[in-house]
Amino acid sequence: MNARPVTRLLVANRGEIARRVFRTCRTLGIATVAVFSDADAFAPYVAEADEAVHLPGNAPAETYLRGDLLIAAALSVGADAIHPGYGFLSENAGFAQAVLDAGLIWVGPPPAAIDTMGSKLRSKELMVAAGVPCLPSWTSPADASGFPLLVKASAGGGGRGMRIVRGPEELAAAFEGAQREALSAFGDGTVFLEPYVERPRHVEVQVIADTHGHTVALFERDCSIQRRHQKVVEEAPSPAVSPELREALSSAAVAAAQAVDYEGVGTVEFVLDPSGAFFFLEMNTRLQVEHPVTELVTGLDLVALQIAVASGDPLPPAALSPSLTGHAIEARIYAEDADYLPQTGTLSLVSWPEGVRVDSGFETGSVVGVHYDAMLAKVVAHGSTRAQATARLADALSRTRLHGVVTNRALLVSVLRSPEWRDNDVDTGFLDRFTPAEPGPELHQIHCLAAALAAAAGRRGVFPSGWRNVSSQPQWVSYGGTRVDYQHTRNGLEASVDGTPLDVHLWSATSTQVDLTVGGVRRRIEVSVGEPTYIDSALGHSTLVEDPRFPIPGSALAEGSLTAPMPGTVLRVTAVVGDEVKAGDALVVLEAMKMEHAVKAVADGTVSDVLVEPGAQVDAGAVLVVVSSG
Amino acid sequence: MTVLTSRPDVLSDERRTAMLEQLALVSAEVEKARGGGGEKYTARHLARGKLLARQRIELLLDRDAPFLELMPVAAYGSPFPVGASLVCGIGRVEGVDCMIMANDPTVRGGASNPWSARKTGRAMDIVRENRLPLIFLVESGGADLPTQAEIFIPGGAMFRNLTQLSAAGIPTIALVFGNSTAGGAYVPGMSDYVVMVRERAKVFLGGPPLVKMATGEESDDESLGGAEMHARVSGLADQLAEDEGDCLRLGRDIVRRLNRSGAQDRPSLPPRFDEEGLLAIASTDLRVPFDPRDVLARVVDDSDFDEFKPLYGSSLVTGWARIHGWPVGILANARGVLFSEESEKAAQFIQLANSSDTPLLFLQNTTGYMVGKEYEQDGIIKDGAKMINAVANSTVPHLTVVIGASYGAGNYGMCGRAFNPRFLFSWPHAKSAVMGPAQLAGVLSIVGRQSAESRGLPYDEEQDAMMRQLVETQIEAESLALANSGRVYDDGIIDPRDTRTVLGYCLGVVNGTEFRGVRGGFGVFRM
Repeated sequence: MNARPVTRLLVANRGEIARRVFRTCRTLGIATVAVFSDADAFAPYVAEADEAVHLPGNAPAETYLRGDLLIAAALSVGADAIHPGYGFLSENAGFAQAVLDAGLIWVGPPPAAIDTMGSKLRSKELMVAAGVPCLPSWTSPADASGFPLLVKASAGGGGRGMRIVRGPEELAAAFEGAQREALSAFGDGTVFLEPYVERPRHVEVQVIADTHGHTVALFERDCSIQRRHQKVVEEAPSPAVSPELREALSSAAVAAAQAVDYEGVGTVEFVLDPSGAFFFLEMNTRLQVEHPVTELVTGLDLVALQIAVASGDPLPPAALSPSLTGHAIEARIYAEDADYLPQTGTLSLVSWPEGVRVDSGFETGSVVGVHYDAMLAKVVAHGSTRAQATARLADALSRTRLHGVVTNRALLVSVLRSPEWRDNDVDTGFLDRFTPAEPGPELHQIHCLAAALAAAAGRRGVFPSGWRNVSSQPQWVSYGGTRVDYQHTRNGLEASVDGTPLDVHLWSATSTQVDLTVGGVRRRIEVSVGEPTYIDSALGHSTLVEDPRFPIPGSALAEGSLTAPMPGTVLRVTAVVGDEVKAGDALVVLEAMKMEHAVKAVADGTVSDVLVEPGAQVDAGAVLVVVSSG
Repeated sequence: MTVLTSRPDVLSDERRTAMLEQLALVSAEVEKARGGGGEKYTARHLARGKLLARQRIELLLDRDAPFLELMPVAAYGSPFPVGASLVCGIGRVEGVDCMIMANDPTVRGGASNPWSARKTGRAMDIVRENRLPLIFLVESGGADLPTQAEIFIPGGAMFRNLTQLSAAGIPTIALVFGNSTAGGAYVPGMSDYVVMVRERAKVFLGGPPLVKMATGEESDDESLGGAEMHARVSGLADQLAEDEGDCLRLGRDIVRRLNRSGAQDRPSLPPRFDEEGLLAIASTDLRVPFDPRDVLARVVDDSDFDEFKPLYGSSLVTGWARIHGWPVGILANARGVLFSEESEKAAQFIQLANSSDTPLLFLQNTTGYMVGKEYEQDGIIKDGAKMINAVANSTVPHLTVVIGASYGAGNYGMCGRAFNPRFLFSWPHAKSAVMGPAQLAGVLSIVGRQSAESRGLPYDEEQDAMMRQLVETQIEAESLALANSGRVYDDGIIDPRDTRTVLGYCLGVVNGTEFRGVRGGFGVFRM
């Protein structure tokens, strides 16, 4: 194959992965081209690209899934290569072929390999033939034997459509639900069943193959911390993998790649049971979200290697005989609430700490919208040991300031600081059992006080804050029902929270920072006063909503109102006015971020009002149904 | 610019301790006023789900904004509770400095007594002179009936004042939280804006018993004067508030829509000397003089004071400075006595301030104009008259702080209450009287002795001593800052450390009005 250098590369993707690819392009002197939907018009990755092409609309089907538009865009700007990133069309063999047919370089594996691996069912057969350990699978619920079972979509990835079935009574509903979700997410409703491995770990091997016959395993990653079958914390190497097991995994992965004549970077995913037995899950024929951990432990630039392979270059020596140095851990920060529901909003502040790698598509001012993935960033730490990498990552996450949307950051820190993580006592079901550490009461107390003091400092004119010539009651403000009383006296600050006096000394207060000693410990507390107010300190992070000083009478929601937990589209409305419902009954089903969310009755009662119908777009907090009790 | 210096040895721990003791006496009286009608009535009021007068004010004010309470110890020394059942002061509402007056319903139902009327009258003067919006937080059972003779006829001035303020374009807002009956009904009646709290406000000329007596009609509170009735039927209420908080919210909304520019604060450099020192300069023994420059060094911006005529008439310090950014001409007594030179210097300085439209600040610490043959023959009366003429006819705003003694005609020349300073405050140890207690007792003794001698009667020395003691005690008590403040002869006693803030705030208020110094328009100066 003739070496054909890439000079101008279009990334058929968005967000952090587009930035990630552009970053390598800069180091290689390759011109960069972005594509952008309406919603992404002012996204950082677009601003960083040399040139960009608009894909009108917002829905992926109108934009980042329109292969024809993407190829036309590449041709229009004279790009000679397309990098698909991950997601969207990255594992679409048809698109890959179309790119090649257009005379462009496809920075990805051969279409045939994508096609084969794209079907979990077909790939499994091939793997069995290649001697890669596999679990049995069934395409019809009737054939399946033994519980628990796992329902999976044959197409796609990311855990979408996946469901665990504990007994026969759940089987039909789970199968149908998975089909529906798979169809919605991937346009292909094919699903299958396989035995569910209890306490499984997710271990995957990074492979890379060039067009000169080399196929190399770049060690494994462990992605056992998952929520809803989506990875949130990944590490390399896996603490559950011995050198012997690593050898076995690597051989199996190389065999799998070779079985499909693989070229480029790919990932062979395995499920590892507590005994050390492993089974092929699937092969991801693209760059993985979590590739940075491999880069940090091998020192390789996987995107650069992708481009080299796509150009027809042989793998460099460093890739042919890779070495493993230290330990790397990645945490994915998502805009989501404690129930993993995606959140939207404007990031009023994004501030990353030094000393870690951050791959993010967002900056201060970026909008987290409803159209695309809610992953805000991947924060990746490297250390000489797992413990060191863990400490660095947890510390970095703690010092990150992220304002504007609810995130899973506290959960990530809590996981990293848990004894289970420390002792490597985790599996893919860990998060379902895990209860994040609750912050102590002082976090809320001190942050409420700091919020009040910063707000007061921001209002201060030329006279002392809250100045009185005659002794008076303190100023007060409340945040979500927590009342803060504070008074600046000649003897210093006097303050109490919910009636409890605090032992305080105020060193300084501005509208953005409060330097405060409470109970003998001095802390600088960063405050962004607004609606809501965000507070960051060594104690942790708080988002506080100031209660209205004068509640407008009658502004409260009707009792029994059920509201949308996030913006989305109403999929189904099962509630009918007059229905008797029980707590837990699903009354409305919303679709947001391609996930279904049931809005359930919180108490027994009668449906007294239904305010939405299927197809309606609703904002977070919109009242959907009112249930009267009694 | 001239930066004042102030030697550390002007400060004394003894004087500080003595001043703090005086301050504690004042604070104890203020606490009485804050306690309102006492624990029992306060608890009853709160149990009804109502806010206290001061809580209403705090909720009405902008968060963290300043509030200058005025006349907190009014009625001190009278048979009525300290505070005169009324809380009053200037504070920021929606960025606008407003006069806020609140009945204290825990004190005899918020009934107005003669001292309440005096306090109200003074507050109305401040409102008129400074064109401050007036917000009246109403909950009062009307006039204190046992003292109606003292209040009924003069008390009518309040209603005249209210409508005259309105006529002068000064907004008046009545927020009615409870009773506002009989004469009190004219408070909302005469106000520009009226908000009433549902099921709480009660506004009628005559309640059910009086109506029954007058016409035989059977009626009830709600139909005679309920908030709902006034909002829907009579139209006396412009807004119907759901509860007290809602009423205050609506009151704030009204201020926001008054189309008035907010308070104009100015940036400034703080003094170079710590305000704490203000406790330790003046002796509570008023015979001990102190240099007002040490006070000014802790009050004026950057301690920057350009003195006028420093070498002439040196027992009165005059000069120019800024306080919280506002230009001000200052007259401060240095050694108590005013001589002819001081009087003429003051008259000239006041004319200059008028020529440049600069407000004046008087720091009183005077024992009066010099007496004695030499001084009388030299025309001390003529010269003192020039100073009083200048003060009386000056049209720039005046502020006065009594930082020591204020005796005799010195009180007049240095813009005492009768000379209508826009604001007048006292330090806690200050004394004001026609003369010092010992001098007054001595004068009486001499007069008595002369009278006895002229009638050829023996003079009872024992009785004289007793009389002198009695008179001295009485005059001393009457001269005290608390006594004068109780009589509403000042606008409040301030912590000396608050002097700069109080003056800065008041200067902001007076500068919110248009003023122009008098040009030539003084009385005849007897040359």
